[in-house]
Amino acid sequence: MRLQYPPDVRIIQVPCTGKVDILHLLTAFEEGADGVFVAGCLEGDCHFIEGNLRAKQRVKRVKEILEQVGLGSDRVEMFNLSAGQGGRFAEIVREMDQKIRELGPSPIRLAKVKSTGSRVEVAA
Amino acid sequence: MIRAVGIHLEEIIDLVNDFDKILLAGCDGCVTVCEAGGLKETKVLGSALRLHFTQAGQNKMIDETTLTRQCDKEYVGLLRDMIDNYDAVVSLACGAGVQFVVDMYKDKVVFPGVDTCFIGVTEERGWYTERCQACGRCILADTGGICPIARCSKRMLNGPCGGSEAGKCEVSPEMPCGWQLIYDRLKTLGQLDRFENPVDPKDWTTSRDGGIRKIMREDLRI
Repeated sequence: MRLQYPPDVRIIQVPCTGKVDILHLLTAFEEGADGVFVAGCLEGDCHFIEGNLRAKQRVKRVKEILEQVGLGSDRVEMFNLSAGQGGRFAEIVREMDQKIRELGPSPIRLAKVKSTGSRVEVAA
Repeated sequence: MIRAVGIHLEEIIDLVNDFDKILLAGCDGCVTVCEAGGLKETKVLGSALRLHFTQAGQNKMIDETTLTRQCDKEYVGLLRDMIDNYDAVVSLACGAGVQFVVDMYKDKVVFPGVDTCFIGVTEERGWYTERCQACGRCILADTGGICPIARCSKRMLNGPCGGSEAGKCEVSPEMPCGWQLIYDRLKTLGQLDRFENPVDPKDWTTSRDGGIRKIMREDLRI
């Protein structure tokens, strides 16, 4: 499809978003990620029935934690799209990239004075 | 098993704010089963605290560990080699575990990391309900195996009361009336004659009314 999307994204593949744990998301922030989004299948389309619904709950919990620790809940999001929606994927990456740029670099990364070279982490 | 829920993160942040070296000690027992204070919850708390203090510009050492149980000296004793490296401990065990850590390390500041709630069961993952209040004198044999102390809002021994309506307690429309449950159960068992004779007042000295409780099993002691 040769779709364009911002290059400062690191994609971490998992078999199902049900594999994505709260700790994975928090660790990404501890390591200096500016933002993280989880790209799951459309609701109702999970091959493992409820993997993406579990991920949704976990992202919600991480949002609460990020808000409480002072990072703000907007740095983590969950999106649902099918494997056939490449165009939508590129659009989401652009959307998230823009949002994170507006929020600015992660205070964790700034505090650590440590650059990972990536601005947005993706779990798909 | 004992059921607990994690104390609000902001409250724990306030508790440990003045300490630089903090050990988070989870428990592999009951609080692991109810996903409040096991290894994973301890690591999540550790990660959250590190995020908070790092972004606030505070450099703190925050480590996590879990013990097989925090209600046995053998396991709490395993902290001995590491505890001196820390200024404060947050124990994510039940209230008994927190106090046992305090008992064994008297010069150490220890904070609770969970609210200990009740002895209960897992209805579904993330949904726990109370079944026992540890009153010290079990009456389940007389009530069809359903405890009025834990499951009647008034802890009545001769229920139901006037607040029971359509099988629900007046406290909440979602709350089953414990005595309705007992009635239905005894009816199923053909034991409704149990209701013919009022039950005598309960001896509460085996509960908290008798002061701090202890069990001394001579057959287990040397």
